[in-house]
Amino acid sequence: MNSFFAFIHENLMLIYLLIFSILLGIEVISKVPAVLHTPLMSGANAIHGVVLVGAIIVLFNARSTDYVSLGLGFVAVVFGTLNVVGGFAVTDRMLEMFKKKKK
Amino acid sequence: MLGVCDISSKNMSPIYLLDLLYLIAAITFVVGLKMLSHPDSARRGNQLAAVGMALAVLGTILLHPSADRDFGDVRTFKLLLLYAALAIGGLIGWMAAYRVKMTSMPQMVSLFNGLGGGCAALLAVAELKIQYATGVHHAGSAGALILILFTMFFGSVSFTGSMLAFAKLEDLVKDSAITLPRHSVVNMVLLAGILALIGYITFGSGPNGLMLGMILFGVALVYGFMFVAPIGGADMPVVISVLNSFTGLTAAAAGIIYDNLIMLVGGILVGASGTILTILMCKAMNRSIMNVLVGSFGAAAAASTKTAGNQTVREISLTDTAVLLNYSGSVVIVPGYGLAVAQAQKICKELDDLLESNGVEVRYAIHPVAGRMPGHMNVLLAEADVPYPKLFDLEEANEILAKADVAIVVGANDVVNPAAKDDPSSPIYGMPVLEVWEAKNVIVMKRSMKSGYAGIENDLFYHPKTKMLFGDAKDTLQKLVSEVKAL
Repeated sequence: MNSFFAFIHENLMLIYLLIFSILLGIEVISKVPAVLHTPLMSGANAIHGVVLVGAIIVLFNARSTDYVSLGLGFVAVVFGTLNVVGGFAVTDRMLEMFKKKKK
Repeated sequence: MLGVCDISSKNMSPIYLLDLLYLIAAITFVVGLKMLSHPDSARRGNQLAAVGMALAVLGTILLHPSADRDFGDVRTFKLLLLYAALAIGGLIGWMAAYRVKMTSMPQMVSLFNGLGGGCAALLAVAELKIQYATGVHHAGSAGALILILFTMFFGSVSFTGSMLAFAKLEDLVKDSAITLPRHSVVNMVLLAGILALIGYITFGSGPNGLMLGMILFGVALVYGFMFVAPIGGADMPVVISVLNSFTGLTAAAAGIIYDNLIMLVGGILVGASGTILTILMCKAMNRSIMNVLVGSFGAAAAASTKTAGNQTVREISLTDTAVLLNYSGSVVIVPGYGLAVAQAQKICKELDDLLESNGVEVRYAIHPVAGRMPGHMNVLLAEADVPYPKLFDLEEANEILAKADVAIVVGANDVVNPAAKDDPSSPIYGMPVLEVWEAKNVIVMKRSMKSGYAGIENDLFYHPKTKMLFGDAKDTLQKLVSEVKAL
């Protein structure tokens, strides 16, 4: 039990951040008209491409003789970039078409 | 003030600037998502989040402390590798996004999502390798290890799952072809095995961990495939949304591994909002998530396919349809996947304009799960410049339908099935549907009498008010336009 409290104490800020981020994520989305479900999913899809940051760090962290890790990092960065660039571009293309009727 | 002098411009560490960039990026993600949920601000919201993402990525490349780990030629080599990867991914992503047809949007989202998952999985593999190579693995690192394995598992599932979802939506794979007998039992066994493996690697394996981790990687890839295999039909959007939130969770877990706040915040935001979106979609179909994911739908549908017997359908000619439409006060168009397949959105808008100019009020009734993705129809119609105030959600649409002179169903089927209201034995019983039969006349455009994507018979076609207009949606609409012009 003590170790449990110790864990809570050590990671207090992280736990706060986690909980508030979850609540924020729910709150931000909860009143979305069905019109925007697809672009929203697509936009959220682009945002989780932030995992690209991790892939860059992996590439930096790999030892320069460790070709397997360098290779993995390389492919991971390609995938992550595809996710980010493709995700935002495709969402933009969808939303470009949401215009109000000009009268 | 205390502390501030430490961060004077003279010896300011780049890490402080990076922290600031991450903070700004996190704010753009939250505000961007919020703006994405209103039609007027959605586009700017997406662009804002993109700017934030660019800041976070560029900041990481230029300012992250791990960038300085090697100096000299080796560092240059790594940077070259990095820029090459960014250029390749960016170029392909950009081109794919700008070449894809609006009708193939769901596949594209699924594909990009899968690549994000793949990125996370590879990152976890590399990180696991680095952990074992540097001997960091000791008793105290169980927390880090479990996070790496978690990232690897969800990332892999998201990767193969999304790829299969992509293949299914592209009609490259048939649903029935890849479902095993007792599929859900096999899946349960796989999942139990994966959990056991994660537990063993974390707490009991010692130096074997790396090899076992590779096995876990392989099994997780297989599991992602098996997870999506039995799910099909109208449930695909839900699966894509689930996988989307999985990828969000992996990004968050990876963020904890690297103590990286932007990954944590971005990932959790997507994880949470993705889950809510999934729930909204399931609600629209009046089903629970478990029900969708275990995939009992397909089986139930097959069992209760009742024959329509010798009921007869009434056909209507193009000319009669044109007359009927042109002299109505109000027309409601109910689009479905057939519209998307036939690429008929533009010609549909042309008919709309033509009727409007003749004084007919034309509106659209959009079912939340019409097409293969929520909002799919909205995107298509937006592409054809149909202004969104003319599109109506389920409840409003049913009010309009009750007063409409004509309802035209263009390639929709399950979302207008009266069985959902009055046949308790139907697998879609209880799902809210568009009550087109409340309109004075119903015209159903359809290629053939085949049942819909869910494989259920539709009594609407035999309804006394219904008249069928057979043919490809685009072709038929095109002919209708000429007929109306000729009147």
